Amino acid sequence: MNRFAWPLVAVCVLLAFLALGLRHGDPRALPSPFIGKPAPQFELPTLKNPEVNIGSKTLAGDYALVNVWATWCVMCRAEHPFLLELAANKAIPIYGINWRDSRREAIRWLDDLGDPYLASAYDEDGRVGIDWGVYGAPETFLVDPEGTVIYKHLGPLDPTIWQREFVPRMTGGGQ
Amino acid sequence: MLPEIGQFSLILALSLAICQAVIPLVGAHRGNAAMMGVARTAATGQFLFVAVAFGCLTYAFLSDDFSVLYVANHSQLALPTLYKVSAVWGAHEGSLLLWIFLLAAWTLAVATFSSGLPVAFSARVIGVLGLLSIGFLLFAILTSNPFDRLVPAAVDGGDLNPLLQDPGLAIHPPLLYIGYVGFSVAFAFAIAAMISGDLDRTWAKWTRPWTTAAWLFLTLGIALGSWWAYYELGWGGWWFWDAVENASFMPWLIGTALIHSLAVTEKRGLFKSWTLLLAITAFSLSLLGTFLVRSGIIVSVHAFATDPTRGSFILSFLAIVVIGALVLYAWRAPSLDSEAGFGLLSRETFLLLNNVLLVVATALVLIGTLSPLVIEMATGGKISIGPPWFNVAFLVPTIPLVILLGMGMHTAWRTQKADTWWRLLRIPAIVALVLGVLIPLFVYGRVSILLVVGCAAAAWIVISSLIQPLRSLWREKGAAGITRSALGMCVAHFGMGLFVLGVTVVSAFGVESDRALQPGDSIEVAGYEFHMIGLENVQGPNFNAIEAEIEIREGEKFIATIRPQKRQYMVQKSPMTEAGIRAGLDKDLFVSLGDQLGNNTWSVRVQYKPLIRLIWLGAIFMALGGLIAISDRRYRSGKKVRETAPDTASDAAEATA
Repeated sequence: MNRFAWPLVAVCVLLAFLALGLRHGDPRALPSPFIGKPAPQFELPTLKNPEVNIGSKTLAGDYALVNVWATWCVMCRAEHPFLLELAANKAIPIYGINWRDSRREAIRWLDDLGDPYLASAYDEDGRVGIDWGVYGAPETFLVDPEGTVIYKHLGPLDPTIWQREFVPRMTGGGQ
Repeated sequence: MLPEIGQFSLILALSLAICQAVIPLVGAHRGNAAMMGVARTAATGQFLFVAVAFGCLTYAFLSDDFSVLYVANHSQLALPTLYKVSAVWGAHEGSLLLWIFLLAAWTLAVATFSSGLPVAFSARVIGVLGLLSIGFLLFAILTSNPFDRLVPAAVDGGDLNPLLQDPGLAIHPPLLYIGYVGFSVAFAFAIAAMISGDLDRTWAKWTRPWTTAAWLFLTLGIALGSWWAYYELGWGGWWFWDAVENASFMPWLIGTALIHSLAVTEKRGLFKSWTLLLAITAFSLSLLGTFLVRSGIIVSVHAFATDPTRGSFILSFLAIVVIGALVLYAWRAPSLDSEAGFGLLSRETFLLLNNVLLVVATALVLIGTLSPLVIEMATGGKISIGPPWFNVAFLVPTIPLVILLGMGMHTAWRTQKADTWWRLLRIPAIVALVLGVLIPLFVYGRVSILLVVGCAAAAWIVISSLIQPLRSLWREKGAAGITRSALGMCVAHFGMGLFVLGVTVVSAFGVESDRALQPGDSIEVAGYEFHMIGLENVQGPNFNAIEAEIEIREGEKFIATIRPQKRQYMVQKSPMTEAGIRAGLDKDLFVSLGDQLGNNTWSVRVQYKPLIRLIWLGAIFMALGGLIAISDRRYRSGKKVRETAPDTASDAAEATA
């Protein structure tokens, strides 16, 4: 073969590879080892009342959002109005995991900004966060009625993402 | 109504692009003058209709026409007018239209200034450009129509991505695109030469100014992007080896190689097939860059909204263009090689090394950019290849490159006598080495091998690029002065020297410190005291911000007050950092606000960046050098070409401009 054909061969390999890469799917979705698996078991005191516990059993029975938030998290403040809107529309039960935060600050935040959560678990040392594979707040998990995690969103939730990623997964009965 | 006119214009432009491609190419093949004559008319017409479409979209933005989906998604009533204009290319559909518009503009420029070229050749060039226009117009019309309506119309828009609301980013994409698209001209010249099978030294002379023009815009575009990232992303870095940055950097590296290789082809008739391959590669890498940005195949801070159909379309287009060009190349290139030889110590040798090193550098960047994808496909895991890898790998080809650069500039074509060469270069070399030790040691107080190499290389390039211009200033009356090409080369290389110095010093002596600060607190970084006086809320047209007032002192001396901001854009809700920078040629003092830690406490990143301005100043000099080289009168058509004997000094000097 003449040496002038080598670039052609190299490029064909590269193109084939790019074509494969294109089919490979969304590179943005961070793999969550929990997707399609039962939500990690947890049992934590609620934020507003340390005597009352909340846990995996609370979630069962309906689709639920589990939203990881904290008062020190700027993006959480940004998504907060949308969570309130979801709660007002009774779109889905929302549970919070208040993550590595101060209880006093967190309660004040909810008093000031409104409370979209049916209840918030208080994860002071972040151990449940580790079980759930939390990278950073805010993160939102969609859990189906059987208690299986079917989707996870990193970063603030907004109407576009809600419509595009969450709504279809709920009506379609999961993935 | 206007959006429909815009869309209709795009369809008409497509029909004209088909005429522009098919008729002249067939005409050139048959030797039919009338058919070849269509090229210029069709190119003009195509440009006009694309301009109308572009104007319609711009008008839709300026008039807040939220019945157009693209406008509704990327603009807002409160958006400042400048950003309403730049929002036209703020996302996928509009930036594609900008691309098409610039391609049509380059084509028109070629059609206008190609009167000195053989008719059949210019018809082929314009025809090939027409083929490219067809591809991009189809892409826009079939998958990415910017004029799609939104029914019912929105009351207000979704706002432009706050990252893009910045004067630097308003003009960064157009500059970059002028460069990207400009390489299509060199590509078209290469294809036209291969179709006709006729490639001589005049071909290289025609191609050079177009290539240099595209390259200089790409240089400015990349530099502007780097400057923007520095002050807007809030990390204080100037280059991140992000996939999209790499996508623009690879065509730049190959374009640089092409400029140098074209010099050899023009002066000596050598490297013909190699030059063709570089011309094809430079444009293909521009297309690859578009693919990477728009297909979502690679995670990047600046990736556009992604869509698999678009990805497949660009990939198919890329495949057609590249495979077509390379098949032609495999078929035609073997007949083009020339048998002329050159000595071991000659300018040809240095330019060959330049090309090899630049290609190696490009390959390293390409490998680093694509390997996360390979690994993900192979193992399913996500990895990222970060700056540490690139920083080290990239030095391997670039250190010899910059050292050889200074030598090559002063080497004659064909063969150079070693003793005269050595006599000319030994003093600059010694001075450069001495400076390489002195600058880090006395100015910054520390020295290491890499520092000496960097500073000495920078001094070496700066000195060797000053020799010729200075000699021409002090020449005897009546002696031949320096040509514009040679001057352009010297200025561009001088810029390269500044750039190397800036990179070396800032990466060795830059200081970065993250602290928690509240009003009344002070911290000291690199001998400067940063005192936070207060925090206040500021209201912008479409954002709220918290602004810190920070006073900088050096000992007792007041230096400046800077006001970094943390902005919260109202519609898109995303927080943005506006760094406070006290800029100076010798150093930048940089403060950016991180996260709010407590009631009045913020995490603050304070940086001391010595000589960082030289990085961008160097790029400006490089672009200026390109501009001077293009203005050389031998490129102007209609004028008689100045013939020079290949061995004279002035000829030798013209080469690498």
